[in-house]
Amino acid sequence: MTEKLSVKGGTAARAEYLLEARNITKMFGDLAANSDVTLKISPGEIHALLGENGAGKSTLVKIIYGALQPTVGELRWLGETVNIANPAAARKLGIGMVFQHFSLFEALSVAENIALALPGDIDLGELSKKISQVSSEYGLPLEPTALVADLSVGERQRIEIVRCLLQEPRLLIMDEPTAVLTPQEADQLFLTLERLASEGCAVLYISHRLDEVKRLCHDSTILRHGKVVGTVNPQKETAASLARLMVGADVHAINSNRVSSPGASLLKLNNLSQKADGPFGVALRNIELDVRAGEVVAIAGVAGNGQSELFDAISGERLSSTAESICINERNCGLDNITLRRRHSSGFVPEERLGHGAVPGFTLSENIILTRHSDDDGLSSSGFLDRAKAIAINERITQDYDVRKGKPDPEARALSGGNLQKFVVGRELDRKPRVLVINQPTWGVDAGAAALIRQALIDLALSGSAVLVISQDLDEIFEIADRIAVISRGQLSEAFPASELSLESIGLMMAGAHEKKDSHITEKASA
Amino acid sequence: MRLILEKRSEHSEFMTLMSPLLAIFLTVVTGAIIFALQGLNPLEALYVYFIEPVTSMWSIEEVLVKAAPLILIGAGLSICYMANVWNIGAEGQLTMGAAFGSIVPIFFTSWQSPLTLVAMLVCGAIGGAAFAAIPAFLKNRFNANEILTSLMLVYIAQLILDWLVRGPWRDPKGYNFPQSIPFEGWQLLPTLGDGRVHIGIILAIVAVIILSILMSRTLKGFEIMVIGNSPRAGRFSGFSRKKTVWFCLLLSGGLAGLAGIGEVAGPSGQLQPSISPGYGFTAIIVAFLGRLNPIGVFFAGIMLAITYIGGEGAQVVLGVSDKTAQVFQGILLFFILACDTLILYRIKLLGPVTPQQAAAE
Repeated sequence: MTEKLSVKGGTAARAEYLLEARNITKMFGDLAANSDVTLKISPGEIHALLGENGAGKSTLVKIIYGALQPTVGELRWLGETVNIANPAAARKLGIGMVFQHFSLFEALSVAENIALALPGDIDLGELSKKISQVSSEYGLPLEPTALVADLSVGERQRIEIVRCLLQEPRLLIMDEPTAVLTPQEADQLFLTLERLASEGCAVLYISHRLDEVKRLCHDSTILRHGKVVGTVNPQKETAASLARLMVGADVHAINSNRVSSPGASLLKLNNLSQKADGPFGVALRNIELDVRAGEVVAIAGVAGNGQSELFDAISGERLSSTAESICINERNCGLDNITLRRRHSSGFVPEERLGHGAVPGFTLSENIILTRHSDDDGLSSSGFLDRAKAIAINERITQDYDVRKGKPDPEARALSGGNLQKFVVGRELDRKPRVLVINQPTWGVDAGAAALIRQALIDLALSGSAVLVISQDLDEIFEIADRIAVISRGQLSEAFPASELSLESIGLMMAGAHEKKDSHITEKASA
Repeated sequence: MRLILEKRSEHSEFMTLMSPLLAIFLTVVTGAIIFALQGLNPLEALYVYFIEPVTSMWSIEEVLVKAAPLILIGAGLSICYMANVWNIGAEGQLTMGAAFGSIVPIFFTSWQSPLTLVAMLVCGAIGGAAFAAIPAFLKNRFNANEILTSLMLVYIAQLILDWLVRGPWRDPKGYNFPQSIPFEGWQLLPTLGDGRVHIGIILAIVAVIILSILMSRTLKGFEIMVIGNSPRAGRFSGFSRKKTVWFCLLLSGGLAGLAGIGEVAGPSGQLQPSISPGYGFTAIIVAFLGRLNPIGVFFAGIMLAITYIGGEGAQVVLGVSDKTAQVFQGILLFFILACDTLILYRIKLLGPVTPQQAAAE
């Protein structure tokens, strides 16, 4: 990787654009992830790159950042054709990138993490000073000596941003930066980005949150199926018109005219507490929740605040210390394993589709057996499997939930994210569980599949089941939930009716307003 | 022009079957080159190695005698490896099975009944399973790597056997040779026909059939595959990884122990300091060559047994070292693992590209 950045040409006069990606095509096998994409960014501009999951946003950005090479097309930097061989070359040009998934070492301090990314020998003391200076200048408060493990996701993102800023970028690429932030943290981020833009730094802002883009960005390029479908000024568009461009059709509206008269309590958490699993796990503290027949209750929260721990506790992948702490269908289940809980008419859909909800190398029919081997529908009798039955159930589910697949019974890993999610959701809904717990139901799923899944969840509740949704997507939560609780640092707020909550009030709770005083501090000390 | 590996969307059935055949082909080609470099006629040498062992009744019987323990152990190991449990110590479990099973004829010298043989086989299986229980316990309790513990236990087992046959279990009438009393009657496996083939090969075939049904038809087999493929999904499915570790190690250890007592009650007829030419290790290759599938293991066991017999033949006819057979086995494993890459990836030839492409991905 010693290939240096090469600058050819050099005859261009003063360039109008900072970066031009011209007629970029990128093929992966037969699939065109980008086809004839052109994107132009001027200095000081905040430019949105919009598109659904799988529209080709990441591919384009990776090409700009040098992590991928285009099959066809060229990049121009200040009007001159450049060859960005690798991310190091991109950084040398002045392109910085903040990824959606941070690459930080939790056991190291802020300054140490930043030092790791910088070339050459570094004096930590001097670097710490520089970090403090840059972070206060741009309104990104950071303590250089703090351990990353102790920081919130928003703070971790600041490290990544400061790491970029230290290299004085002229183009900053932000990949879905607000996906993990509270509304307040997002506001703070927007101020920083506006400040950067006013100093002449261009920002390429990748998102599918239209209201953010409308508010922040000066220009936008919209991708669909790898092609540019429009270059528009988002401030002159409505959210609906942008969504139409992104999705290609009007987004299917969720039908949620509900008769809200919840019935008996079907899922009850009574003072559920659990120690943290490992140094970076989250402890659950005195969680109380009651989900009744016929309602959808959503748990909002920023990623990493105990959602997966709560899911594991309810599903029985991790057992509680007392039977009473979890009550499903009027049975105290805290000490039952997941199979017993399933048999007690409950269904679970975890956040991670591949490797948790489904085995990647198994066919769909085998993945049916994965969660339904102990049901009463005869998939296994006295230890022997009935694979023909699994194939029949798979046919039914893939038909009912519109799972698109290349052959009758493909491996799970061959499906796209949206189709696999429809499968793992459908697999549980098909059992008609009285209690359904689902973590991030539409994470990384295209709009069409997301609408189908949300509708199916509402329909399940309407049929008299209790549905608990854990999600980070507030739009989704407001769309489907009857009541909303917020989890932060392993503590769950009271569940309020959705109509009584606003984005702002939820944001405050996500930032920990409902936490019992001093509790998280003692937690840290004991962890 | 250059070659790249491109990930397939799912695994290729075709390559799953082709990979071992391709590996055998490459091994044969490599073998021919090695023989040619040694100044031997490569075709003749390959004939001695791979064809001659199956040209006479006598050598076919020898192949079956050697294939029996390889198939028994390999079938057990294939299930272990399916579960991502890496039992490398089958050789030690074989040794302990041989020692345990020999308790019956050594301490109850005059007991002669069909039950004697049954008791020996059961004790052999228990001995192997008990020895495999050590790495299982260490893995579940302390998260100790079973590759290391099971492998190190091989040497402990061999030293225990060595001590037994030189010390307490030495035949008093054996002219001080380090060996136990010779077994006789129902202390030996019955032979088939008139030759040297004993019912060990039948045991191996029965084991293959049972394990094949276990893996393809039962919930237990499904559980093993899930745990091996994705432990997180296994937990979600309600399966216990610890129980699977126990099950797989006890099963493969028991089968290795059965192979061990089969060797003692079969070809050798008594305990000796060394009772196996490395069957427990060769069975690892058998398991992989057989695609970790019991039926495949059957054919792979025959194949590897042929290289043992061919190696002995080559020693006599060509005057090459008997270690050559082990070289072949090693090369074979190397090529299988390499060819297995093609199951999930396809090779693509690219036209001239810029060197920057190397930095991609």
